[in-house]
Amino acid sequence: MSVNGSSTNGQQVHEPVQVNGLRQDGQNQPQLPIYLDYQATTPCDPRVVQAMLPYFTEKFGNPHSRNHHFGWEAEEAVEKARRQVASIIGADEKEVIFTSGATESNNLALKGVAHFQKDRKNHVITTVTEHKCVLDSCRHLEMEGFKVTYLPVQQNGLIDLEQLKAAITDKTVIVSIMAVNNEIGVIQPLAEIGKICRERGVYFHTDAAQAVGKIPLDVNAMNIDLMSISGHKIYGPKGIGALYVRRKPRVRLDALIHGGGQERGMRSGTLATPLCVGLGEACAIAEKEMASEAERLTYLRDRMYNQFKERLPEVFLNGDLDQRIPGNLNLSFAYVEGEGLMMGIKDLAVSSGSACTSASLEPSYVLRALGVEEELAHTSLRLGIGRFTTEQDVDYAVEHIIESVNKLRSMSPLWEMAQEGIDIKSIQWAEH
Amino acid sequence: MAYSQQLIDHYENPRNVGSLEKTDGTVGTGLVGAPACGDVMKLQIKVGVDGRIEDAKFKTFGCGSAIASSSLATEWVKGKTLDEAEQIKNTEIAQHLSLPPVKIHCSILAEDAIKAAIKDYRDKQQVADGKAAE
Repeated sequence: MSVNGSSTNGQQVHEPVQVNGLRQDGQNQPQLPIYLDYQATTPCDPRVVQAMLPYFTEKFGNPHSRNHHFGWEAEEAVEKARRQVASIIGADEKEVIFTSGATESNNLALKGVAHFQKDRKNHVITTVTEHKCVLDSCRHLEMEGFKVTYLPVQQNGLIDLEQLKAAITDKTVIVSIMAVNNEIGVIQPLAEIGKICRERGVYFHTDAAQAVGKIPLDVNAMNIDLMSISGHKIYGPKGIGALYVRRKPRVRLDALIHGGGQERGMRSGTLATPLCVGLGEACAIAEKEMASEAERLTYLRDRMYNQFKERLPEVFLNGDLDQRIPGNLNLSFAYVEGEGLMMGIKDLAVSSGSACTSASLEPSYVLRALGVEEELAHTSLRLGIGRFTTEQDVDYAVEHIIESVNKLRSMSPLWEMAQEGIDIKSIQWAEH
Repeated sequence: MAYSQQLIDHYENPRNVGSLEKTDGTVGTGLVGAPACGDVMKLQIKVGVDGRIEDAKFKTFGCGSAIASSSLATEWVKGKTLDEAEQIKNTEIAQHLSLPPVKIHCSILAEDAIKAAIKDYRDKQQVADGKAAE
């Protein structure tokens, strides 16, 4: 990865390295380690940082100071950023509220709307594959007495619209379904969900942290009432996000943070001008480059996937291939445990659905929800590519992963059994 | 999580990877863990006429700590009598590899694998003795 896009600064001298028996000369050699975890976070685009810098120093005013130049300057910057955020989702700028990130946005959308409507309605619908901050907000609402329906997903990771229709009652206040899943990158049918919700008079919230800037989104065409946005997933800074809150018909919510009444009373606290500017700039760049970037990433993603499919047996794709953002590949390399694999490819920064990589020691609940068996969930890798991923990066990653998988399979008792034709399920394993 | 040099060495240069003939009467096989839990160890010992373990092999499906624990276990059992090998404690493996607390179960699994291999060998011997007595 070369964040500044330049490898000619003379500092990046690589020793010739043998990869797959081929000597790679310095120019073809990617810079190590290679970042392939773009769904976890993204580096700030240097253009974003440039836009932010003046607002730390000379343009440091409080955007809520109404009586002097410094305040006006900061306010102008914040409002420009608000327009940039609104533009990428087809919203009006007045409908965008800055928050600290998608976690806060999701909390505000769910608890805010539910609390405001609690005397009339008490039912929330979401899915089992949501991000933890949505699921945990729902658990919190359950403790407060709300009823929550957790819709299952199909094998491809997408919800069944008929099940959604059947779950909506006259007590349902909000449906919260993520736009793009953070682990498997699948895109839910937003327009269809929005249509159903609008027809039934239920608010539709979507956690679009992984979707904004990657796929075209239009809050009006898709009948989206609330949308959570994250800065650091789209080459903006960490610590900033936004919540889109529809004005027509108006969505009302109870604030979580009280104070000076900023953000139309929905989120008090002095806005972080540089972070707002960063998020706005990140949205503007993403909007401008979305189509060409999607094409480039689809090429790189398919290049990786095809290599794995052609050169390794028993590799399984988790989640739908077509309804998927270009930058995500989630694969199970059967008979090779994910964390063990990650240790073998330590030049590559990736994620795994293996239990060993999670705090809970449970394999990924998202993969389990797709019906991926536990033993395969333990063998999954998430390869996330993005704006600064090069073809050299991808080719290097493929070689190293294949090499490591082959090595670990040669020392896997499960692989040995599979080769001998022994059905692993026929063995009485001692669960521990 | 930063792993110790010992652990990384066993992961990158695992000792005694492979399989012994499991139908051989002098070979004991231990297969422990479960695929659904994310780790499975197969540890095999070959016992010489002097009653000492003359060879040991392993194959492991699991994280780096599981691979290193089983690699170390094969190294340690070699040259020991069955009684001596039975005395190997998971805490010694964990200590040698400086396993972090969440990885202690890997060393427990390695101890279980040694015990299971020894038991399998002894069971085979009993059957053989029984047949010889007939």
